[in-house]
Amino acid sequence: MAEYETFTHDVLVIGAGGAGLRAAIEASAAGVSVGLVCKSLLGKAHTVMAEGGIAAALANVDDRDNWKVHFADTMRGGQYVNNWRMAELHAKEAPDRVRELEAWGAMFDRTADGRILQRNFGGHRYPRLAHVGDRTGLEMIRTLQDHGIHRGVDVHMECTIVRLLRDGDRVVGAFGYERERGRFRLFRAGAVVLATGGIGRAFKITSNSWEYTGDGHTLAYDAGAELMDMEFVQFHPTGMVWPPSVRGILVTEGVRGEGGVLRNREGRRFMFDDIPEPYRAQTADNEEEGWRYTQGDKTARRPPELLTRDHVSRCIVRELKAGRGSEHGGVYLDISWITERLPNAAEHIKKKLPSMYHQFKQLADIDITKEPMEVGPTTHYIMGGVRVNGDTQMSTVPGLFAAGECAAGINGANRLGGNSLSDLLVFGKRAGEHAATFARANKPGAIDASQVDEAARQAVEPFGRGPEGEGPYQVQYALQAMMQDLVGIVRNEDEMQRALAGLTELGARARRVGVGGHREYNPGWHAALDLHNLMTVATAVTRSALERRESRGGHFREDYPDKSAAFGSVNVVVRKEPDGGMAVSRAAIPEMPQELKRIIEEMK
Amino acid sequence: MSTTATFRIWRGDGKGGAFKDYSTAVSEGMVVLDAVHQIQAELANDLAVRWNCKAGKCGSCSAEVNGHPRLMCMTRLNELDLSEPVTVEPMRSFPPLRDLVTDVSWNFRAKLAIAPFKPRPPDAADGTWRMAQADVERVQEFRKCIECFLCQDVCHVLREHQMFDQFIGPRLLVYTAAVEMHPLDTANRVPQLKAEHGVGFCNITKCCTKVCPESITITDNAIIPLKERVIDQLYDPVAKLFRLIRRRDSAG
Repeated sequence: MAEYETFTHDVLVIGAGGAGLRAAIEASAAGVSVGLVCKSLLGKAHTVMAEGGIAAALANVDDRDNWKVHFADTMRGGQYVNNWRMAELHAKEAPDRVRELEAWGAMFDRTADGRILQRNFGGHRYPRLAHVGDRTGLEMIRTLQDHGIHRGVDVHMECTIVRLLRDGDRVVGAFGYERERGRFRLFRAGAVVLATGGIGRAFKITSNSWEYTGDGHTLAYDAGAELMDMEFVQFHPTGMVWPPSVRGILVTEGVRGEGGVLRNREGRRFMFDDIPEPYRAQTADNEEEGWRYTQGDKTARRPPELLTRDHVSRCIVRELKAGRGSEHGGVYLDISWITERLPNAAEHIKKKLPSMYHQFKQLADIDITKEPMEVGPTTHYIMGGVRVNGDTQMSTVPGLFAAGECAAGINGANRLGGNSLSDLLVFGKRAGEHAATFARANKPGAIDASQVDEAARQAVEPFGRGPEGEGPYQVQYALQAMMQDLVGIVRNEDEMQRALAGLTELGARARRVGVGGHREYNPGWHAALDLHNLMTVATAVTRSALERRESRGGHFREDYPDKSAAFGSVNVVVRKEPDGGMAVSRAAIPEMPQELKRIIEEMK
Repeated sequence: MSTTATFRIWRGDGKGGAFKDYSTAVSEGMVVLDAVHQIQAELANDLAVRWNCKAGKCGSCSAEVNGHPRLMCMTRLNELDLSEPVTVEPMRSFPPLRDLVTDVSWNFRAKLAIAPFKPRPPDAADGTWRMAQADVERVQEFRKCIECFLCQDVCHVLREHQMFDQFIGPRLLVYTAAVEMHPLDTANRVPQLKAEHGVGFCNITKCCTKVCPESITITDNAIIPLKERVIDQLYDPVAKLFRLIRRRDSAG
């Protein structure tokens, strides 16, 4: 029998970034006991990396903005395969969630009359992002953290969940280990909220840290929940490319929002060369107009650098393939040119983009106020995730909820910048609220000892094989390189079939991985256990991408380069079969209410 | 072009440990954390290290590199003399857990004791407030803190004198300053600052300011103004006289 320590909470939240913290705060406010599990220390989750801002139609800067415009922008950006109910709730509730942060101590940049300032961002019609320079994520996570610690939430730091426990169909707890001593922990819970973020570590070039191995996706999948839209991975157009050790680190879209432009090695602003039809009417067709837009001229249309991320990434790939890339295989992102337009431009840049200035200065010896940056696409975000009810955030498994990046729906085929932080707040709150309701309404379930023993046995297997087995990092690197090459920004049938074959091979290698040492804070062991998750999400991404024989948003297939109406009305769903295989199916998107359809028509 | 460098990394736990040398290939642009990761992947799978963002934003990978408190992810190898072994050891003010990982949980517990933000009633009917950018900026400096705890590591009150139960350290004084100077805040943390949080123990050597990776002017902008508040409220001779008289009155 496995040895473990047992904790009991009404609601267990797994993941302590923006969504997890917001869920924990809400559940606690509902009067139930809450446990919050974080893989790292509290306050270090990926939310801290978010730079640009929180999208919310506060209309502080442009009074033409309202939830309808935000809703239409989100649906357009997601190419209309979003969960429209989530897009609606998100647009309606985001302003209150932002104001709430201010009541909890967040200090956003201000307008001249002292209200929350909002900035431009890709795909948003009006300046909409509440922000703090380019460190909005830090402000948000610290605000939630400092508020949350006074709300009676039990925080389990540096703890990783490896299995959800079920009683019949329902999720009734979770099993995992704490890093410090490597001891097992069992959590009994009336309801579980997954808020584990993304899967970026399944790719080689990524802005994501070691934590983002698809844990929540895999926990849900293994517990019988459906995953949806897994083919939609967002490759952010601007990651650092040089020096090699920083490749993939994010360069905020805020650089372009503040007037930064993309150029190829010939100095051409190539984004003007390809403006997609749905955006033509609202995009500037000359440099002058684009500049005026970034400086707040309401009569100007936005520059093409602020088109959606999927499109900008593909334009950069096109430049690279045509041999027009920069010295180190990227393109140039230049904010220093605004010295021609603004007095004190250097100071302005340092004030608006302080951490970008700092990051390039320290890591690449580049002064962004004087010279252009080199940037290229980096794996940033997954639109797909656990399939949830739009109102309650409950998955297809009773008692299991999901919010934030690990849930699917709000973003459709492509996420707009800034919609992530607002998503965390809006649906973190909803998940916490409904998880608390569920936990109250249902009696605690029974813990099945055999599930616990099985999870514990599997968790220590790598030690049984010892250091003679293959190293976990080598398998992880091989998986990342393969996914980058074969299931990256531009995909086709042949390469993805090869990826599936490769995944089978890697699966066999993963099962032979061994680690040395003991269980106390042993990263090799942790990496070995995360492999199962990486394999699961890599397979889900590949299988879903094979199923969607069209190009839409973050999913681009050179063998099916156009959108297809048939695929425009379905989501691709994967589910674990009783025999352990992965079932792939298409689920029809429910009919949108007339009122919402009308809004989309009006905003076209 | 790639060369080899030696990293002298502390391996051990709460019971003790020793430096161990690892040689690994280094290339242009690498930071100390890259080298540690490479060693972890190739030579020592179980080498314990904390990290997350690898871009100086999360404050996880704090350590002492050649004796200096640094974020490993922001310490470029080309700043270091690679002809000698580069020493990498855990922050020494905190109890070692394993290898480069220390027990920093005290910081989280100590923060809980600081009175939380308490805003005044909203300024506008819609429940919002008005604040000027200039007022916000003063506090935004403190809110840049990434909680790497390097300032706590270098502070001699904590490092040499281990006064963890009497002094909250620079990081938490910065946190106190952020809430205390928040334009909307109404709580008073001054008596607490003096009595339980020991602001008086700081003797302004400014070591914390020097190591802050976010360049927060910890001593001048956060700690000294807090000390001034303590003096104004608790040591002002006129106020003291008033208190004395009031006490006499009530006693009489």
